[in-house]
Amino acid sequence: MPGLVIHREVLIEAPVAVVWRTITEPDQMSQWFADRLELVIEPGAHGYMEFGDQGGPVVVETVDPPTRFSFRWNYPSGEEPVPGNSMLVEFTLTPEGDERTRLRIVESGHELRDWPDTEKQRYADEHREGWVEFTDRLATLLAKR
Amino acid sequence: MTAQTDDELWSAIADPSRRQVLDLLVSNGEVSASWLAGRVPFTRQAVSKHLVVLERAGLISRRKQGREVLYQVQADRLDQAARAMAELAAQWDRRLAMIKRLAEAAHAEDKKRNRHDG
Repeated sequence: MPGLVIHREVLIEAPVAVVWRTITEPDQMSQWFADRLELVIEPGAHGYMEFGDQGGPVVVETVDPPTRFSFRWNYPSGEEPVPGNSMLVEFTLTPEGDERTRLRIVESGHELRDWPDTEKQRYADEHREGWVEFTDRLATLLAKR
Repeated sequence: MTAQTDDELWSAIADPSRRQVLDLLVSNGEVSASWLAGRVPFTRQAVSKHLVVLERAGLISRRKQGREVLYQVQADRLDQAARAMAELAAQWDRRLAMIKRLAEAAHAEDKKRNRHDG
């Protein structure tokens, strides 16, 4: 996926159904994520999240229980979120046995709508390094110079 | 950093060709557009376009020397970008740790209830 930003994962000692509830039930979400949120977990649903004194709109993209959940946020208010003007947050849950779940999150954005598909594919193929690693490596190189 | 600068910064860095240009500037110090064009698999015009975007994002600066224009990386800005992105990653680590705690506590609770019921 072009424009990849962040990928993180964690191994949780709980069945996939429990992890799914934790990441998608609004009263649970307000414990690990936004301070306050209005959100219906349905594809295409528009909602709102508040972090301290800041807030913003969010649109649910994929709801595929109990393995895939994604939403878009960080887009200009008044606009519909699309690839290119927003960040996409994707959760993937993979059961590892009955009592264990691997939870992976990818936050990506700025997919550059105007790229030709061949260029996107090339980038996806070559994308070994995330932005974090890239900028981190450059900053380290610079510091040594 | 404001959201607007973040946007410019990230879309500047998101493009693989611009990352290549940035990489060359970091490794070689101050160089000209034609020097860069000799070392990348795209045209001189493309190099110029990428340099404009990188400069607008504050990641590089230019200086005129005689007839040549030389480009170099803005170390502060790059460092700022690295820190902003590391912070984003750290934020997700904190959220995942919290999800883990909540889910594991809920699971322990479920098991306790099942034992009582059964």
